[in-house]
Amino acid sequence: MDPQVVPPVGASVPRVDGVAKVTGRARYLDDLDVPGAWHGVTVRSKVAFGVLDAIDLDADFDWSQVVVVTADDIPGTNTILAIEEDQPALVRVGGRVMHVDEPIALVAAPTRALAFEAARHVHPRVRALPPVLTIDDALAKKQLLYKDDNVYKELWIRKGHTTDAEVDAAFARAHQVIEGTYATSPQEQMYIEPQAMLAEWRDGRCHIVGSMQCPYYVHKAMKPLLGLAPQDVVITQSVTGGGFGGKEEYPSMIAAHVALLAAKARRAVKIVYDRDEDIAATTKRHPCRTHHRLAVDERGEILAIDVDVVMDGGAYLTLSPVVLSRGVLHAAGPYRAPIVRVRGRVVATNHPPHGAFRGFGAPQTTFAYERQMQKLARARGEDPLAVRRRLALRSGDTTATGQVLGFSVGTDEVLAAIERVAGPAPAREGVGPTGSPVRRGRSVCFYFHGAGFTGSGEQRLAGRATVALAADGTFEVRSSSTDIGQGAITMFTQIAAASLGVDPSLVSVVDPSTALVPDSGPTVASRTCMVVGGLVDQGARAVRAQLEAWASEHGLAGRPLAEIARARAARTELGELAHTVQYEPPPGIEWDDATYTGAAYPVYGWAACLVDVAVDLDTYEVAIERCVQAVDVGKAINPTIVRGQIEGGTLQALGWAVLENVVYKDGRVANANMTNCIVPTFADAPELETILVEVPYPFGPGGAKGVGEIPMDGPAAAVANAVEDALGAPFDTLPISPEAVGSTRPAWRLA
Amino acid sequence: MKITMEVNGAAQTVEVSPWRRLLDVLREDLRLTGTKEGCGEGECGACTVMLDGEAVNSCLVAAGQCDGRKVTTVEGLADGEMLHAVQKALVACGGAQCGICTPGIAVCAAHLVDRGLVRGIGAAGDDTSARAQVRELLAGNICRCTGYQLIVDAVIAAAREVAGTRGGDR
Amino acid sequence: MTAYLRPRDLDEALAERAAHPAWVVLAGGTDLLVNANHRPAPAGILDLWRLPGLGEIRADSARISIGAGATWREVERHPAIREQLGPLARAAREIGALQIQARGTLGGNVGTSSPVGDSLPVLLALDATLELASVRGSRHVPYREFCTGYRTTQLAADELIVAAHIPVPAPGTRTTWRKVGTRRAQSISKVMGAAAITLDGDTVVEARVALGAVADRPLRVTAVEDAVRGLPLAQAAEAARTAVRATIQPIDDVRSTAIYRRKVAENIVARFFTSSGGVS
Repeated sequence: MDPQVVPPVGASVPRVDGVAKVTGRARYLDDLDVPGAWHGVTVRSKVAFGVLDAIDLDADFDWSQVVVVTADDIPGTNTILAIEEDQPALVRVGGRVMHVDEPIALVAAPTRALAFEAARHVHPRVRALPPVLTIDDALAKKQLLYKDDNVYKELWIRKGHTTDAEVDAAFARAHQVIEGTYATSPQEQMYIEPQAMLAEWRDGRCHIVGSMQCPYYVHKAMKPLLGLAPQDVVITQSVTGGGFGGKEEYPSMIAAHVALLAAKARRAVKIVYDRDEDIAATTKRHPCRTHHRLAVDERGEILAIDVDVVMDGGAYLTLSPVVLSRGVLHAAGPYRAPIVRVRGRVVATNHPPHGAFRGFGAPQTTFAYERQMQKLARARGEDPLAVRRRLALRSGDTTATGQVLGFSVGTDEVLAAIERVAGPAPAREGVGPTGSPVRRGRSVCFYFHGAGFTGSGEQRLAGRATVALAADGTFEVRSSSTDIGQGAITMFTQIAAASLGVDPSLVSVVDPSTALVPDSGPTVASRTCMVVGGLVDQGARAVRAQLEAWASEHGLAGRPLAEIARARAARTELGELAHTVQYEPPPGIEWDDATYTGAAYPVYGWAACLVDVAVDLDTYEVAIERCVQAVDVGKAINPTIVRGQIEGGTLQALGWAVLENVVYKDGRVANANMTNCIVPTFADAPELETILVEVPYPFGPGGAKGVGEIPMDGPAAAVANAVEDALGAPFDTLPISPEAVGSTRPAWRLA
Repeated sequence: MKITMEVNGAAQTVEVSPWRRLLDVLREDLRLTGTKEGCGEGECGACTVMLDGEAVNSCLVAAGQCDGRKVTTVEGLADGEMLHAVQKALVACGGAQCGICTPGIAVCAAHLVDRGLVRGIGAAGDDTSARAQVRELLAGNICRCTGYQLIVDAVIAAAREVAGTRGGDR
Repeated sequence: MTAYLRPRDLDEALAERAAHPAWVVLAGGTDLLVNANHRPAPAGILDLWRLPGLGEIRADSARISIGAGATWREVERHPAIREQLGPLARAAREIGALQIQARGTLGGNVGTSSPVGDSLPVLLALDATLELASVRGSRHVPYREFCTGYRTTQLAADELIVAAHIPVPAPGTRTTWRKVGTRRAQSISKVMGAAAITLDGDTVVEARVALGAVADRPLRVTAVEDAVRGLPLAQAAEAARTAVRATIQPIDDVRSTAIYRRKVAENIVARFFTSSGGVS
C-alpha cells in the first residue's frame, strides 16, 4: 500500500484536464486537425408543418464542386433512433415536415463559405399546413401529429392505488385547498461550444468524433441508419464544451448527417453549428403547465396532493416520455401526504422537439410544488421554513410511489444549514444603485432529486466500466461516461487512485470511444459519480486485490502497488489484467413500471435554498441579491468540483427564473441569437453561497450520490416566492421578466 | 492582401481577404485553436484576444485591420511552461469546467490583472468591491458551467498575487 | 476580393470616401462585423481605426470635443467627460462590455444610428453638434437634426463623421441618464433615457429630455420639455410622466413589449425630476 501520497476521496485535487483548458491546448471538435475535411451545412424547413413536395436545386449553380445528400442517400432506415423511430434524419420527399428548421437536405463542400452558398441554392418545396403550436391545440387534436391523440406518453401515480373517489373525498373534507396553475418556459442550454461532429469512413467502418454526452446513444442510432454492424460504427467523444442535456440525444442527428455526407463525399466531413442555428434547431427544456392542488386539514397536515402535468414535447417523441416520467415522479414534492394522484402527459406539437436539460422535468414540477408550499404558508400565516420542516419527508416516510425512504435523507441537515446562515431578511424598502426605490423579498425552498435512472432503469442499462493495468504499469479507467465539464475524468481518477492506493498520476481515463470502452450508460440523470463511479471503485478494488494476490505468489507481498503493477505489466505473456464491473442494483429496489409504484430511485439528493430579491419599482427588474444553496450530496468526492456544479446549476436556474426565454413565433424561434436569447453574465450573477452537506449513501462510491441536476430544481420557485413576498402578488409563470412583473402592478399589495 | 502581424511575440505573415475575421485567421491559418468561436456576434467573449494591448472580440476584427498590429492569444499567456498567474489560479480555484470559455476569460483576466485594473485588492480584508469590479470587467465573457463564482475567486487570487509581487495595494 | 485602404490622415480618408462611396467605413467593427461570415464581403474597406487626429478628445471651459474615432473606453476614462458629462461616461461603460468598449467608437454608434444606440439619447440631451466632413468641406449639424428615420441620417454618401462637440452644461444643470437593458451588462436597451435639467433652486428652468429604444430613432421628447418648464421638481416629475405617456409609441418586439417600454420610460423620466435625480 502506497503511503501518504494518495489523496483520499473528499480532496479538492485540481482537475486533471485543468492545465490543458487554461492554456488552450484542449482540443474541441472544431480545433482538430483533419486535413482535407469538407464542411457540411444543413438545409432546413422554413415551415412548421406541411408536406415536402420536392427539393429543387438551382440549375445555374455549379454542383460539381459539392455534394448534396437527401433522404434517398440513407442506406438503412431513415430514423434517428432514441426511444421510437418517429424522427427521420432527413425529411423525404412526400413526407411530412414537422417543425421549423427540420433538416431536409445536406450539403458538403471544401470550404464553409462554398457549403453555405450551395445550401442557399437548395430549395425545399413545402406545402404548408396549419401547425399545432400550443398544448391545448394538441390536446384538442387540431391536427393529428402523433398517433390518434397527439399524446406521446401518459403516466399516472396513485399512492397506495388511491381511487379518484378517495381523492375527491379528501378534497371535500379539507380545511383548506391550495390550488394553482404554473407555467414554465422553454430554456436553451446555451453550452458555449456549439454542436459539432465529424465523420470519416475507413475500410467500410464509419468513424464519428464529436461533442456529445453519450457515445453509445449515437452508436445505437447509427447502426440502423447506416445499416451497419456494431463493430463497424466507432463513436468517440471529443473534448466537449458543455452539454447540460443538450448534447444527450441531439448529437445522433448531426452524427447521422456527417456520416451520410462523408459517405457521399468519400472524405471526412465536419459540421459545426452556427450559434443561431444551434439555438433555433436543437432541443430545449420542455415547456410545462402544472395544475397543483393541496388539501390540508386544520393542523396544516396534507390530506392529499393532486397534480396534473402537461408538457409540450415538440415535433417528435425523442426522450419526452422519460422527461415526463421524472417530472411526474417529483411532482408531489418531498412532502408527506397519504393520498397522491398525479397525471402526466406530454404532447406533440410542431415546435422543434424539446429535450433533455439538467433536471429533466423535475425543475418544471418543482416550480409548481414549491409555489404551492409558499401559498400554503401564506394561507396559514406560517413561517415558510417551519412549514417545510413540518411536512418534509424523512427517513421512514413514504413517497408518492410508495417508496419507504431509507438511506441518506438529508432533510434536516439542509434545512438546518439554511437556517443557520439565513440571518434577518434585508430591509423591505430601499433605494437601488440607480436611485430607484426597490422592494425586497425573501424565500426559502426545499426540494429533492432522484439520483440515477428511474426504477429498474439502471438494471436495464446494465452499465459497465473497466479498470485495467496498462502496458507500462499504470492504470486505465475505461468507461463511456463523458467529461462535459462536470469533472468526470478527475472524479474517476480520484476514485480509482484511492481504491487502488496509488498516486492519481498513475491513473488515466481513456477517451470515451465505443471501440475502446464498455457501455457505462449515458452521462445524464446525475448518475455518473454514483453509478459509474461506483463501478470504477469496485473495478479498482478488484484490480488491486488481484495484483496483491499475484504479488504474494511472486515474492512481492507488501510492496507498493505501483511497483507490483510495473512488475506484473512487464509479464506480457500473462495477458491483460483488467476488471469489468457491471451494475448491480442495491437490495430493496423494487419498481413496477405498469403501476408506477415502488422505489422510483435508489436514493435522492436533498436541498434547500434561500433567495433574497430586490425589485426595482421603476423598471420592475428583479435583482437576485443573495442565493444560498445547501445540498446533500452524500459525499463530495472533490468538494471544489461539486461546489462548481452546484453554482453552475444554480445560476442556470436563476437565469431561467428571471432572464431567459425561448420566444416562439409561428413555431419558429424568434430570438435565435445570443443577443436576444440571453443567459446571465458575471454582472447578473449574485455572489453564490454553497453549503455542502454530506449524508452518505452506502451504495455510492465513498458515500456519494448524484449532484449534477439538483441545484437546477429549486431556485426558480424561490425567486417567484421571493418576488411574491416583496410585492404581494403571485408569480406563477416563468420567466419572471420585468414585463411580467410590471403587468402585475395593479395586484401588488405593498403592506 | 498580405498582412504581417506580431502574434504571441512572433511575426506572422499571411495572405488573407481583408474582410476575413481575425478569429478565423488565428484558428485556421495560424492553427492557434485556443481562441474559440461561441457566437460570431461579439456576445460571448470566447474569441477574446489582446490586440494592441486591449482585450477585444476577434470575431469582430477584420484581418485587413491587423496589418502591423500586435496580437496575444491564450497560447501566448504562459511563459514556456510557467503559467500566467490567472491560469494557475483558474486551475487551483476550479474556475474551469468544460473549458470552452476559459481561453477568452484567461486572456481578459490576465489583461485586468497585469494592468492593475481591479482596484482595492489588499493583502487581506474585504474583497466586496474588487469582486464587483471583476464581475463588471469580465461581463463580456459568458460562462455557462461555473456560475462565475470560482472564476471570480481565481481572478481575485491572481490579482492579489500580482499586486503582491508589485508591492502594495492597487 | 475586397479592397482595403488605411488612409494616413483625414484628407486622404475623405478623398477615398468620395471615390468609393460603396465601401464600408470601418473603425472598431463592433456592429459591421457581427456575423461577418454570413454577410456578403463588401467591395472595399476604408479603415479609419486609429486614424491620426480622429480619436482625440479635447476639452475647454465651453465645450468638449470627442473625435469620431474615440473608443468608448477612452470616452469613459477621460477626466473632463467624467466630471462634466457624467452620463456619457456612464453610457460608455454600459455599451456592451469591456471588449466592445475597447473597439466601439462614437462615430460608429452615431453612424449606425440604431434605435437602441446607447450613446445617442445622451448626445441629444447634451445638445451635441456633429462635425461632418467631405472633400466638399465641413459642416456642423445639431445632433437633434441628424437622424432622419430608421437607421437613416443626414450623412451624405461622401461624408465622414469627424467629431461630436458637446457644450459643457451650464452651472445648475443636472445631467442624468438611465439604460434599462435586457440584463446587467452586454445588453441591448429596452428603454433608455437621458436628461439635462437646468434648475433654479427647486424649479425647472429648462430641460432637454431624450429617449432611446422607444421609436425608430433616438428622440428628443419636446412635449416633456415644454410640460416641465417653470415647474417645481415634484410637479415636473408628474408632468413629465404624463407627457411621455402621451407622446411615445414604442413597439412590441422579441425583447420587450410596448406597454413595458411606455411605462418604464415614464418612470425613468419622472425619476430624473425627483430630488435624487436618477443617475448623474
